[in-house]
Amino acid sequence: MSLSADEVKKISNLAKLHIEEHEISTYAQHLSTILNFVEQISQVDTQEIEPMSHPLENMSQRMREDKVTEIVDRDVFQALSAHHEAGLYLVPLVIDEK
Amino acid sequence: MHQLTLSKIVEALNQKEFSSKEIVSHYLDRIQKYDTQLNSFITLTPEVALKKAAEADALRQKKHDYPPLLGVPIAQKDIFCTEGIKTTCGSKMLDNFIAPYNATVVNNMNQAGVISLGKTNMDEFAMGSSNETSYYGPVKNPWNTQTVPGGSSGGSAAAVAARLVPGATGTDTGGSIRQPAALCGITGLKPTYGLVSRYGMIAFASSLDQAGPMAQTAEDCGLLLQSMAGFDPLDSTSIEKPLPNFNAELMSSLKGKTFGLPKEFFQAGLDSSVSKVIDEAINQFKKLGVNFKEISLPNLAHSVPVYYVVAPAECSSNLSRYDGVRFGHCSTQAKNLDELYKFSRAEGFGSEVKRRIMIGTYALSSGYYDAYYLKAQKLRQKIAQDFALAFKEVDLILSPTAPTTAFKIGAKSTDLLEMYLQDIYTIAVNLAGLAAISLPAGLADNMPVGVQLIGNHFSEPQLLNAGHQFQLHTSHHQKTPIDFA
Repeated sequence: MSLSADEVKKISNLAKLHIEEHEISTYAQHLSTILNFVEQISQVDTQEIEPMSHPLENMSQRMREDKVTEIVDRDVFQALSAHHEAGLYLVPLVIDEK
Repeated sequence: MHQLTLSKIVEALNQKEFSSKEIVSHYLDRIQKYDTQLNSFITLTPEVALKKAAEADALRQKKHDYPPLLGVPIAQKDIFCTEGIKTTCGSKMLDNFIAPYNATVVNNMNQAGVISLGKTNMDEFAMGSSNETSYYGPVKNPWNTQTVPGGSSGGSAAAVAARLVPGATGTDTGGSIRQPAALCGITGLKPTYGLVSRYGMIAFASSLDQAGPMAQTAEDCGLLLQSMAGFDPLDSTSIEKPLPNFNAELMSSLKGKTFGLPKEFFQAGLDSSVSKVIDEAINQFKKLGVNFKEISLPNLAHSVPVYYVVAPAECSSNLSRYDGVRFGHCSTQAKNLDELYKFSRAEGFGSEVKRRIMIGTYALSSGYYDAYYLKAQKLRQKIAQDFALAFKEVDLILSPTAPTTAFKIGAKSTDLLEMYLQDIYTIAVNLAGLAAISLPAGLADNMPVGVQLIGNHFSEPQLLNAGHQFQLHTSHHQKTPIDFA
């Protein structure tokens, strides 16, 4: 298989990664190479096989009690962002004016 | 002083042969002198280290019971969050990221008394087998600075090999502790999935990621693992069971043990000079009384393709948190929110990370889930079943760690698949959640070769026992690259 330019654009949009027009053919080639390589798994018969849900047998997801366990210090965490003000994260325009 | 193993350093500190301040200063001087050639560190923390060394010395003077690794210098892979210290994961995305809390591994090790000298270089988000994908430039292999140290824990491996620290942490998603340990001639242990907490360890592929120790010897790895491991309620996959003493069985005899040799591991693709060194390691184990038996792991051939579905799928999900808003790189070009996400991610991530995010996004996208992720998880089960059957017949499995010795920087960066196949002997262990160790086995054309021992879940004491017995009768782990002696 070989990914088309449109498919690459669709994937990059889903992945929220901007790619330049001139990069599309390289991505198409690289991604196709990897997908062709992993394609071989489709040849193996896996009927009756349960998909692995945990690498250790008989392990189930541990649940914790529904209790407050930590107090989040908003100022400390917001100090890591590029733009914030009055306890809010600032981002550019969300809804187009058009 | 720097030729001492970590265990010997602990002994010497306890005997007051030298102080923590002396040993910490000695290693800091070596880093100053040598790391410009290697690039094994991204961030150094000499002031904090010297301050902690003075505190350690004072505590040792004053009290009789102190933590087991009090005052011992180590390095942390830059994938572990360290409070107040830059934590980059080898990426431009986190070039400005000062972690607001410590990873559990860091807290545990601090509690055991270690002193971190800094954060080691790595492939970006641990995605790579050569350390060439780091935003901070490639790490050089101290055995030949034209070659790669392996990856992704290449900075930790190179630093230990050049004796810039006696031990370091690594993480292993598909071989990222064992393959660089092999290529740099040191010992590296990938523990059973869930033994070491993943809390605060920047996520790549959550069902495969596991942290572990890298040091000169198996005994040193056991000491470090003891300080890293343990149940952590903050990691939902952490195993809730009491820790054994990992070094308790070091001196047990290997007589009568059976090691399996999977025929699928000794086929085409294995470099003949590496194969020769592995044969010598097998002979050494035979001398120690180990019986060998050919076994078959029929689904092993699928492990690399399965990995390149599972790991990218989980990475695309994990790395969706980098949105340019809350932390990490934020683009200044964006005119709307969608552009903020897309530009921040395009500018912040390198090409290998972008490729894997896109492969994973594709594999998880509508209509493809069954054919890729679900299929891969089924095959993963088959691979795990192969191992489970094998461990009914054998105690441990022996194989090469990597198919070749260290290659030239740039040599494989154009061929994606050739780079991915570097991990052909290590990946299946992660898929099945097993434990494995890489031991220095000798040199091929003056470059180190590693032998891998794979054990069942929770077999760390047996792996360390086999490693220690091997190292009591060989000197490969004592060899140092001549320019860094």
